[in-house]
Amino acid sequence: MISNLFKSFKLTIAFCILFSVSYIFILWLFAQVASPNKGNADVVELNGRIVGAANVGQQFTKDIYFWGRPSHAGDGYDASSSSGSNKGPSNEEHLADVQARIDTFLVYHPYLKREQVPAEMVTASASGLDPDISPKAAYIQVQRVAQARGISPDKVMALVNAHVEGPLLGIFGPEKVNVLKLNVALEKLETKE
Amino acid sequence: MNTELIGSIAQIVLMVVLAYPLGKYIAKVYKGEKTCLDFLAPVERWIFKICGINPNEEMSWKSFLKALLTINLFWFFWGMILLWTQQYLPLNPDGNGGQSSHLSFNTCISFMVNCNLQHYSGESGLTYFTQLFVIMLFQFITAATGMAALAGIFKAMAAKTTNTIGNFWNLLLKSCTRILLPMSLIVGFILIIEGTPMGFDGKMKLTTLEGNEQLISQGPAAAVIPIKQLGTNGGGYFGVNSSHPLENPTYLTNMVECWSILILPMAMVFALGFYLKRKKLSYTIFGVMLFAYLASVGINTYYETKGNPMISQMGIDQGAGAMEGKETRLGPAATALWSCTTTVTSNGSVNGMHDSTMPLSGMMEMLNMQINTWFGGVGVGFMNYYAFLIIAVFISGLMVGRTPEFLGKKVEAREMKVATIVALTHPFVILIGTAVACYYWVYNPAFVEAEGGWLNNPGFHGLSEMLYEYTSSSANNGSGFEGLGDNTWFWNFTTGLALIISRYLPIVGQVAIAGLLAQKKFIPESAGTLKTDTVTFAVMTFSVIFIVAALSFFPALTLGPIAEYFSIYM
Repeated sequence: MISNLFKSFKLTIAFCILFSVSYIFILWLFAQVASPNKGNADVVELNGRIVGAANVGQQFTKDIYFWGRPSHAGDGYDASSSSGSNKGPSNEEHLADVQARIDTFLVYHPYLKREQVPAEMVTASASGLDPDISPKAAYIQVQRVAQARGISPDKVMALVNAHVEGPLLGIFGPEKVNVLKLNVALEKLETKE
Repeated sequence: MNTELIGSIAQIVLMVVLAYPLGKYIAKVYKGEKTCLDFLAPVERWIFKICGINPNEEMSWKSFLKALLTINLFWFFWGMILLWTQQYLPLNPDGNGGQSSHLSFNTCISFMVNCNLQHYSGESGLTYFTQLFVIMLFQFITAATGMAALAGIFKAMAAKTTNTIGNFWNLLLKSCTRILLPMSLIVGFILIIEGTPMGFDGKMKLTTLEGNEQLISQGPAAAVIPIKQLGTNGGGYFGVNSSHPLENPTYLTNMVECWSILILPMAMVFALGFYLKRKKLSYTIFGVMLFAYLASVGINTYYETKGNPMISQMGIDQGAGAMEGKETRLGPAATALWSCTTTVTSNGSVNGMHDSTMPLSGMMEMLNMQINTWFGGVGVGFMNYYAFLIIAVFISGLMVGRTPEFLGKKVEAREMKVATIVALTHPFVILIGTAVACYYWVYNPAFVEAEGGWLNNPGFHGLSEMLYEYTSSSANNGSGFEGLGDNTWFWNFTTGLALIISRYLPIVGQVAIAGLLAQKKFIPESAGTLKTDTVTFAVMTFSVIFIVAALSFFPALTLGPIAEYFSIYM
């Protein structure tokens, strides 16, 4: 027992050197060279100012922007306390929330029919930080955004189409649109004109 | 066929295809044959020398277990001390505090037993130091513990008659250096390229496009995630695990991570065939496991892509599937696949919220863990199956009037008793635990209220939350119906106990069975021997497992997910 304990102690230290130090060091070194932002979260800039992390969603409520999905992380898109709603499919309170979100969404998009509202825009994401929406969810917002910005819907639509990211290698997984990148592109479009 | 389904199929195909050569490699490592990583041998020799270990010393199953349990005990104190004092230790740029005594007890146990149940949230409950020197370290070494135990069992099964089952220290270190470390590095490289953070800066502070302030937690995530998946640990770096967009930024990382969960448990089954030179036996075992896995994947994919009927009733477009608690870049099919992958193994990481999955998906997630033998955790998964193999051999032996033999060894009363105890511990811990929790919930509401009310969902789903928590603890899985407010005195202690019982009792029991059988006289196969590598026997094992493991849980499942199913589909 005592001899086993000594061996355990020494072996654990050896494991620390192997994993918590060497393995970490190799990965850290690799990240300095190969990661998009030297080991930190990848960022998106607008006019030289960092406006967000590319992979982390953020709150959009203004009419001039495309909106992301409902979030349960903190007060909404709190990237220091990620969280889903964890509401079950039969939870009355949750279903009432969804109903209320549908009604609100229709108020802001009066040109839509009820059956055009995609479920993802009225249900909370798993992390509360979902950076993406589906192309469908972006298309239905085009008219509102174009109106609020006073530019032609065709231009906005073209921008959305340019931001649709296809499946991996064209065959694996869903299509998506990164909301932050799309909104930054919108801002750039305005400054160009 | 849509791209989400193709993605799921590709993941499964990649697992199966690559598990075969990997299994061959693992068998070579454990047999001590030449492999391509032999250049690591000097490092290993050096470590053994410093630690005063003779890697060639053969151990009996008793001293093998003693070494295993001693180092686990040591790790318990190591983890407790570091978690308690983490606020005084270095590498804490965010200034996170120490854990309460019952929380550190639960955290330490849960990582020590390879479960990774998390009653804290990664962003605020740990420091970078404890992430690396407790969480990640444990993710490597506890996975290696399970693999070493299985390697001991392989040796016992392969030998004709033997008193020794190999050297625990040797198998432990080799599992780390030859299998877990190189694979983790490869997965880590992919994650880093795809944008998972790997640095030591504190939270990133920025102003969003709309002018709000956003704090983004980051850190050495890309180091923890590979081993979290490969070691069937599952404890996420961030609170929401692999649904977090930094932990799992793209569909490619999702494929790689999901593949990493099942690759080693699958490879272990093939390794058995190569090690024992009984490939047919490993194919039949693999077939049973794959069948059960695919069945649950099919059910979950169906229900998740179809969407929530209660939301369909509201008249909106649910073409994308049930999106509550799911991520757009992954989609419901990927989450359905992952939810089965993570529960058939003892992994427990999630890429969507299980609490929000449809009732029958939730039931399959629980059932996978309640059966706990389809692939299972690295090492320990096959060992659970092994206990059921022994029972199946015994029962079929009695049915056809032949002496129950497995691999040339007679199965007798002593092994049967151990196997039965191991098989029954699991339902016992889960059902008694849930019953106690329900009792408190009903008869002592003041106590529950003082603990924050526990449940996040009313009715049938609330019962499922409690049942899931004990199921996940006892299966050493670690996923959760995370709505449950489980960072409380009651849940930290009771699930902590469930974790200890259900990790060490089976390991001890299964190694003991193997050790006991190995000591017996070898009986060559004859016409009277029950063939264990046939389809008939595979069906027999499946039935035994289904009857013993699954049916014990059906009454409880009826009150939880099945009742919920009828409440929203009828």
